[in-house]
Amino acid sequence: MQINQHIKKKLGNIVLSVLLFTMVVVFLFPLIFTIANSFMSEQEIETSYSMVSANSSGQQESAFASEYANIKLIPEMVTIKQYYTALIKRTQFLIKFWNSVIIVVPIILGQIMVSSMAAYAFAKLDFMFRDKLFFAYIIIMMMPFQVTLVPNYIMASRLGLVGSYSSIILPGIFGTFGVFLMRQFMTYIPDAYIESAKVDGASQLRIFFTIMLPMAKTALAALSILVFIDNWNMVEQPLIFLQDVNMHPLSIYLSNINKGEMGIAFAASTIYMLPMLLIFLYGENYLVQGIQLSGIKG
Amino acid sequence: MKVSTKIAKKNNLIALIFLAPSLIGFLVFFFIPFVGGLYYSFVDSPIGGSFVGLANYIDLIKNPIFQKAGYNTLIFTIISVPLNMIISLGLALLLNRKIYGRNIIRMGFIIPLVVPVASVVLVWQILFDINGSLNAIISAFGFSPIDWMKTEYARAVVVIVYLWKNLGYNMLLFLAGLQNIPPEYYEAANIDGASSWRKFIDITLVCLTPTTFFVFIMSIINSFKVFREVYLISGAYPHDSIYMLQHYMNNKFASLDYQMLTSAAFIMAIFIYILVLILFRIQRKISSTLGG
Repeated sequence: MQINQHIKKKLGNIVLSVLLFTMVVVFLFPLIFTIANSFMSEQEIETSYSMVSANSSGQQESAFASEYANIKLIPEMVTIKQYYTALIKRTQFLIKFWNSVIIVVPIILGQIMVSSMAAYAFAKLDFMFRDKLFFAYIIIMMMPFQVTLVPNYIMASRLGLVGSYSSIILPGIFGTFGVFLMRQFMTYIPDAYIESAKVDGASQLRIFFTIMLPMAKTALAALSILVFIDNWNMVEQPLIFLQDVNMHPLSIYLSNINKGEMGIAFAASTIYMLPMLLIFLYGENYLVQGIQLSGIKG
Repeated sequence: MKVSTKIAKKNNLIALIFLAPSLIGFLVFFFIPFVGGLYYSFVDSPIGGSFVGLANYIDLIKNPIFQKAGYNTLIFTIISVPLNMIISLGLALLLNRKIYGRNIIRMGFIIPLVVPVASVVLVWQILFDINGSLNAIISAFGFSPIDWMKTEYARAVVVIVYLWKNLGYNMLLFLAGLQNIPPEYYEAANIDGASSWRKFIDITLVCLTPTTFFVFIMSIINSFKVFREVYLISGAYPHDSIYMLQHYMNNKFASLDYQMLTSAAFIMAIFIYILVLILFRIQRKISSTLGG
């Protein structure tokens, strides 16, 4: 009886695993599809998917062809020609890749510094209007980009920033999500550490740099990854603030090649997601812990 | 008394030092221009306009395109946010058991979170086009093909794309919440002979309340971000059923109609404000009845 139940439970777990694995495969399909197709020749992609209209204006009626796009996962002949075209023949691609880096790196560094300092104040210091101010931060965090678009734009044009990277980087640095995440984390660091450092005569700045920051390493790593994800994905801001197409990041360039040249689009997409996937594989634990810690009530 | 005010003053000063960089940025890039932006919603022209009171707001509310955009945003949020929360809770409950390959399965569900939107737009287009792969499957079964992105079905596509990207995040949050429930609670319930359903309702769901609030906030934030996907898949003027407030505001910006844009932004901001306020009230009430 006991053994029977044990076997039953084990069997149930196996069935569950198989089911969930199937779901994961469906989930990862877009990735597998993109990566597999990046190794196909231009002709193969053309013949497989050219009937897809893939235009970005919804105004036009899509033409119905009697053929359908057939998903192909195994190339007839594996080739890295698309990578060669994207990386070496199109100088544009590397320029856009670099543009993305130029925008993302200062935002990550800036937001980490600015928001961990503010988070310390919100988590561990007592001051006037603390809760009201934090509430305002949360409200701003929840606003979609379009709501703060005009304020941002007005300020950027007052400061003469429109058309420069600063118009995107500065509001990015002061985004309030980082403050929120770091505060959640720091609230959980016991006050005793701060108190004993105070008894030893350490200043608040010292406490922050030598105790709080090292203890919040996981959260800092998670925040870096999350900020990276969000800004590597940036679409709206560059379209509004950067009139010069040569300054656009990869995200926008990519959505433009998607339309015309499907051949290199898959290879370009793969290169574009590669940094994210590498960072994810390297920092999965940080990311998971960071996200999970932010969810515990603070 | 005197000493305590002195300490309070000193505390304010220290806090201000830490807060200063963030606060300056917050004020300069968000708060001041936001309040300043109110001005545009009360005048008839951005340059040298005269005060028109609430006329812009009244025009806006009467505007059928704004109504449609607001309606679509509302419907999308009402459908996708609860769906996201229920499915991710289900996944978390399953992954909280001792099943095989748990870590790999967990990883599989989080990966979409890190995949850049622009990288997979082409995949969505190939799947959901009138001549796309999904229709190939449908017609193989003898049904007539559906023009996914240019009919009401577009709504379902956007919900799928949203779920694909965001299930993993919520699942992680729920998993953490589940792992924080003390096992003694369940043991005590077992001794009392409680059914699995009772245990789920009275222990699991109750203990997950704080997590659920956070999941709800994150789901709303991320539901606004789905605009990126919609925009990249079908441009500034997608099918009527997925024309969101974000499209409306973006297009108003493109046509330099700042008055309508700021009015729309303020209406949306007020909605979000009320939502957060209600949420915090409920949370306070529940945590006080829980004896927390």
